[in-house]
This record gives sequence, C-alpha cells and structure tokens, in this order.
Amino acid sequence: MEKTITITNETGIHTRPGNKFVTLAKSFESKILVKNEETKKEVKGTSLLKLLSLGIKKNTKITLTTTGNDEAKAMNELSELLLNLKD
Amino acid sequence: MKNLLKGIPASPGISIGKVFLYQENKININKTNITKNEIENEILLLKSGKQKTIEQLVQLRESIFKKLGVEKAEIFDGHITLVDDEDLLDETIEKIEDDLIRAEYALELSINEYCEMLANLEDTYLRERATDLKDISKRWISNIKGLEFYDLSSLPKGSIVIAEDLTPSDTAQLNLDNVFGFVTEVGGKTAHSAIMARSLELPAIVGLKGILNSTKSGDNMILDGLSGEVIINPSETQINEFTQKMENFIKEKEDLKKLKTKKAITTDNVKFNLWANIGSPKDVESAIENGAEGIGLYRTEFLFMNSDKQPTEDDQFLAYKTVAEKMEGKPVTIRTMDIGGDKELSYMELPNEMNPFLGWRAIRISLDKVDIFKTQLKAILRASVFGQIKIMFPMVISVDEIREAKTILEECKKELKDINIDFDENIKVGIMVETPAVAFRANIFAKEVDFFSIGTNDLTQYCLAVDRGNERISNLYNSFNPSVLTAIKMAIDGAHQEGISISMCGEFAADERASKLLVGMGLDSFSMSASSVPRIKNNILGYNKKECQENMEKLLKLSTVKEVMNNL
Repeated sequence: MEKTITITNETGIHTRPGNKFVTLAKSFESKILVKNEETKKEVKGTSLLKLLSLGIKKNTKITLTTTGNDEAKAMNELSELLLNLKD
Repeated sequence: MKNLLKGIPASPGISIGKVFLYQENKININKTNITKNEIENEILLLKSGKQKTIEQLVQLRESIFKKLGVEKAEIFDGHITLVDDEDLLDETIEKIEDDLIRAEYALELSINEYCEMLANLEDTYLRERATDLKDISKRWISNIKGLEFYDLSSLPKGSIVIAEDLTPSDTAQLNLDNVFGFVTEVGGKTAHSAIMARSLELPAIVGLKGILNSTKSGDNMILDGLSGEVIINPSETQINEFTQKMENFIKEKEDLKKLKTKKAITTDNVKFNLWANIGSPKDVESAIENGAEGIGLYRTEFLFMNSDKQPTEDDQFLAYKTVAEKMEGKPVTIRTMDIGGDKELSYMELPNEMNPFLGWRAIRISLDKVDIFKTQLKAILRASVFGQIKIMFPMVISVDEIREAKTILEECKKELKDINIDFDENIKVGIMVETPAVAFRANIFAKEVDFFSIGTNDLTQYCLAVDRGNERISNLYNSFNPSVLTAIKMAIDGAHQEGISISMCGEFAADERASKLLVGMGLDSFSMSASSVPRIKNNILGYNKKECQENMEKLLKLSTVKEVMNNL
C-alpha cells in the first residue's frame, strides 16, 4: 500500500517523533518504507538514523509504503501517528 | 588579555564561581587490521558494548525523569533507539567483516557517515542531532574499549563548567548542588544542552568561541546568562556589582514564581481572570510562563499581514489549533481579522480613505468579503475541538452586524457538517466593545452574544473623537477621561444585566493605575501582554473588592480628568 502525507508539526521528523514512528513501525510484520518526495530519497521506516537523514521538515511531502500481511493496519496506524504529531 | 567575552545567552541567571575546564580524555581509536579469526570476537565486543550503552542510557533516563520529568526523559528514548538501530549495527558488522577492522573503528566510521548525512540537511534542528550521535558513539566506543565514561556528577562546589560542547548525557550528569553554570564553545539556542539548562534553571552561555583558550581551571568567573557575557578573574567591584544583580534576579524570579500559580483573588475572596493578548502561536509560551489563565485576545491580523498572500484555511487552522492545544483547554478568544484603519495588506487593495479609522475596516470588510470571512471562521471552527475556543468580532456598531456575522457562522457550521468535520457546536461568540454605539446600549447588544471584551484604545479614540496618532492633540487622548470611564462602566453593567461575562483587552487593562477602578466596576477578566500579568495580579491580590467599589462610585462622580487622576 502507498500513501502520500504532508508533515504538519512544527519541527518535522526529529528524534522524538521519529522514535515514536520507528517503535511503531517495528511492531508490524510488513516492510515499511518512507520516501521524501522532495529529494526522492527512500529509506526503511524501521531505522531511526535513516529516517532522520531524510531531513523531513514541516510541510515536507512523504510517501509511506507498507508491504506484507498486516500492511493495511500498518498504514492506518502509521499515517495516523504522522498526522497527529505534536511540537 | 581581554577578560570580558560574549557568547549567546542560553539560559538566564547570574553565577559567580570557579572555572572547571571539561576536556574529555581523547579516545584513541585502534585502526589496526584484524585477522579473520578475530572477526567473531570484535562483533561480540560491538554487541556487548551496545548492550552496556543501552543499560547506561536507561539509567540516565530514569535520573532525568526524576529530575526533569517525562518530556526531557524522552530525549533518551530517542538515543536508545539510535543505539538500537538495526541498520547501524548491520552496517558496522559488515565493515568489520569486509574491511577486517576493529569494532571501535568500524563503529566510528558508520557513525561518521550518518553525522555527515545529518550535517548536510537544511534543518538546523536535525543538523544539531549530529551531536546526539557523537555522544552515543563516544559512550559506545568507551564501552567497547572497557574505558570509564567521564563523569560530571562530582565536581567541586561552585563550578562553572567550560567545555567545547556538552552532550545531553553530560548535562544530565551535572549535579546542581555543585555546578553553578556552564559555557560552551559551540552550539545554539536550540541545542539540547541549552534546552536542558533552561529547564534546570541553570545559567548558561553557548557559542562562545575561544573560551577554552582564554581561561583555565581554578580561574574565578562571573557568568551572566542574561547578556551572554563572562568575566574572567573579575575585580572585587565587579563581583560586588554582580552579586547584587544575582540577588535581584533571584528575588524577582521567586516573586514571579510565587504569583504564577496563584489565582487573582481579592482579600474579600472575589476572583478575577488574568489572560494574555497574543499575536501568534509563539507568544503562548510566555503567556503560560507568566501565569495567564487564558488568551483574552488572539489578534489574527498578523497571520494576514505577515504574508504576501491570503492565508489558506489550513494555514489558519494550524495556527489556531496550535494555540488551543498549548493552552490545554483554557479559554482562547480568537478575534476575527481586524484589518483597515492603520493595518494594511499587500494583497488586498484597501482604498485610501479620508478617515480610515471611521472607514472600511474589521467586521465591515469581513461582511463585504464573505469568502475571506468564511475561510477564517471555518479554520476557527475546525480548531475548536482542540481546546476551548471562542470567536470575537471587532468594531461592531449594530445588532444587524452581529446577526449577519452569526448567520454566516451558521452557514460555515453547516458546510463543515456536510463534509463530516468535527467542531464545537456550542462555540461561544462575542464582540469587542470599542464603539460608543455598543457601550450606550450594552444591555441590548448583550442579548445577542455570549461575551464582551472592551477595547479601550479604540473606545477612547471614538468616545473623545481624538485621533490617537495625532501628536498635537495627544494630551486629549486619555482613558481616565470620565466620559470614557462611564462608557466602560455602561458596558460592564450592560453585560452583567444580561448575565454575560466581560473582559478588557486594551492597554488600560495593563495600566496599574486603573486596576483598582476596574475591579471596583466588576470587570470579570483582564487581558494584556503576558509580561504585565504578574504586576496586575499582584495589585488585585492586595485589593478589597468592596472598597474598590465604593472608591469607584466616588470617582465616577468627579468632573475632570485631573480630579480622577488625583483620586485613583
């Protein structure tokens, strides 16, 4: 599954929100990929280092891809988390 | 040598103490190659080092959690996840195997790659995270090598720590009984060390280039976290001067702190609300810091003025939502666009008028440009589920305007409902009382809305027919004019007659000379710039409402500004 999301929280994906994302991403069987639509760079959603290196800021468009048995559930929960990021 | 140096003030406060130069023992990385037989052992060292690092970080997180609470502790959750990163481990193991190098060197190389990636990003915040990585790598490599990781928890009392940089784990180890402040060569205001220092209320300066070479351990030092200055080996006069400054700072801080959580209640137990006026979400922090219990006026025109195009519904929604969330359910009064008069927009042509303050402005524009108005109202409605939001219309002169605005608001509600967007169905609607037209018949207007807020700047100008920008008649512009006071009293009485609440969000609410009078009139809430809140609160705490009322009744019988001013 694939979905494009615009990040809206003030500071983008930094350590704290990134950590939340990675922790959740690891709880699924499916393979999770995150792509920065500006730079077209794509990384595994289960590595915080890789995720930080995407340089995702406020208003960055990203594409989330989930592949596997629980891909719908993973997509649902991960995009929910991204849309509700604070600070 | 110059003994006064200036850096970036990172955390306010003044310290006088002795320099402790914090220069870590450089870790020597063994770059020699290994044989194939040693690969397994190096991988083992890497993994056990990782395990130990995680254990140490978990411990640090616990101690930070106790000292500073959950939010700061979460920083270490991030660090733990970084150490635990599967790619980092795999890539390091690959290097050990392919290049036949030791775990410590392989790890250093992997970490450096990521540091470089982060350093190339535009975002300052993410760039500074490279520091987190270096911090982790130092700890991990020390653990691989079986070295003691340097400890900042047991410095001599009165130390001012001087370092190249302080990592979050360094800062976490600082013992506040012994450490009076710190200065770093690098870093900015958003570095973790700076953020931590502010939460710990530890005076600190960052980004002071050259400090390491200008001082040595044991030097006396004055650290002024307010100005960002340090004085190395100060004179006795300087020490006396700064001791005084330090005492004043501490006293002021304590006084304000005592007030922060206190409610504004008079000696005869009547409570008043103290709110803050803000112009953007950034101002909320200071409002909370100063103990404001709500936002009495959110001036949305800055959203419109600080942009070269009209802000979209989403832009506005985000700003309103941020404020509502930060205020955690406390009231947030959003005033719809108050453009015109002296405020102009680059993307909307406002006609040149003979009398702009009597012209096409505020609600008058909103009711003409319904699409702009609706965009704003929808943004406010959408944000209303994230806190306690109220809507306020500016520059009202007639009941017709209120009804028309409310009809448009209902249309917006319906349109949102049609697309299943949630909002607060019972959102409160109020108006500014800033024209004599409303003040005279306040009780009639009060039937139409849920609350009033008096804008004294315009009310004074319109009551007295005095242009507040005209210097030749500036002596006539005075809110203590008995006619203005009568208008204020009429507005308050009219509101209370219909059982609605009334606040004041003009300059007059922050005028210390006026607070007694306003308490006497029974104004429910005072809204002002955040920094004025503690002063006004302090005033109210000393009043007896009954006495204020008697005093106010006498004052309103006086005939001239001068008589009023002499009897406040």
